[in-house]
Amino acid sequence: MVIVPAYNEAGAVGTVVCEIQRVVPKIPVVVIDDCSLDSTIDVAEAAGARVLPLPHHLGLGGCVQAGYKLAFELGYDYVIRVDADGQHDPRYIPDLLAELRRTGVEMVIGSRFVAANGNSTTFLRTIGIRFFRAILRPILGHTVYDPTSGYIGVNRKALEVFSRSFPLEYPEIEALVVLRRKDFRFSEVACKMRKRMAGRSSLTGSRSLSYIVHVLLGVFVNVLKIERPPWRGRRD
Amino acid sequence: MAGPERLIVDRLLDIIAIMALVLIALTLGTLRRAHIRVEYSVSWLVGALVLLGLSLSRRTLEGMSTIVGLESPALALTLVVGCVFLIIFFRFTVIISKLRDDNVALAQRVAALEYYRKNRGDEGTVT
Repeated sequence: MVIVPAYNEAGAVGTVVCEIQRVVPKIPVVVIDDCSLDSTIDVAEAAGARVLPLPHHLGLGGCVQAGYKLAFELGYDYVIRVDADGQHDPRYIPDLLAELRRTGVEMVIGSRFVAANGNSTTFLRTIGIRFFRAILRPILGHTVYDPTSGYIGVNRKALEVFSRSFPLEYPEIEALVVLRRKDFRFSEVACKMRKRMAGRSSLTGSRSLSYIVHVLLGVFVNVLKIERPPWRGRRD
Repeated sequence: MAGPERLIVDRLLDIIAIMALVLIALTLGTLRRAHIRVEYSVSWLVGALVLLGLSLSRRTLEGMSTIVGLESPALALTLVVGCVFLIIFFRFTVIISKLRDDNVALAQRVAALEYYRKNRGDEGTVT
């Protein structure tokens, strides 16, 4: 299943759904509408997606978790998350799925930085990514090059965990630590991100600071819950 | 205790006693109109009664200030007021967090049910 969390993305969600269906025509696409104020639901349905309509705004984490819960209940083995703003090129969905199936890792991240692929992002965002990469390295036991990427594929084991416990506000980085707590593995697949097709990023100005504080606290709390730190080795 | 300080403490105790009585009246009134639930009013009533008891019993307050090593009972009383409200706020933060989690789970369940209703018998191959 491909899930597309969306909030006020009427300008892009239709194109994103059509692109996904063109790349993986046999896989159902579910748009999770986080109580948008625009016509996101109508546009998504018109493009051929099924819609999971949240009755009120939950934020990105609650929205994504709703999709994971649904996929888990419906018995899906793999779920790929694609953002509704068009930044995630659906051409890479088969690569993410193939990596999940081939390696058996619980999570695959579509990464801008795992190989030199000409990706560009803002200066501030690059600093943020490098900062979190450095923070996460000792916790995860290896480097995750693009920890803020939302282009993510998970298998059923990760789905089960995320159905029960998933960060509500800014989920990407915390989710890695949640998986680390369970001794799960993840890998990265090189992806090229695009510019958003419509709308504006929610991470602007003071929200960026709130993001950093929130994520650091979330990571710290999840680290406290880790039963087996990296320096004690992996469970067999 | 010097005369002026005693006067200040007396005034402070009177104000705290009046505030505690107002808080009790407000809580009971809100309870009667069913605007707050009984289980959530307990913290406010207990807090207000503690403040009322301390403000009416100068000897307890002086004993307490000696125990915590504060010379002035006024400081001890301020400390108690701060602690009471911190405990109440913390308790309500825990309650709000739980309500938020319940609310998220409920919203996700409602969305899933709506999805099932719309796509009844429409689930194809599982991938």
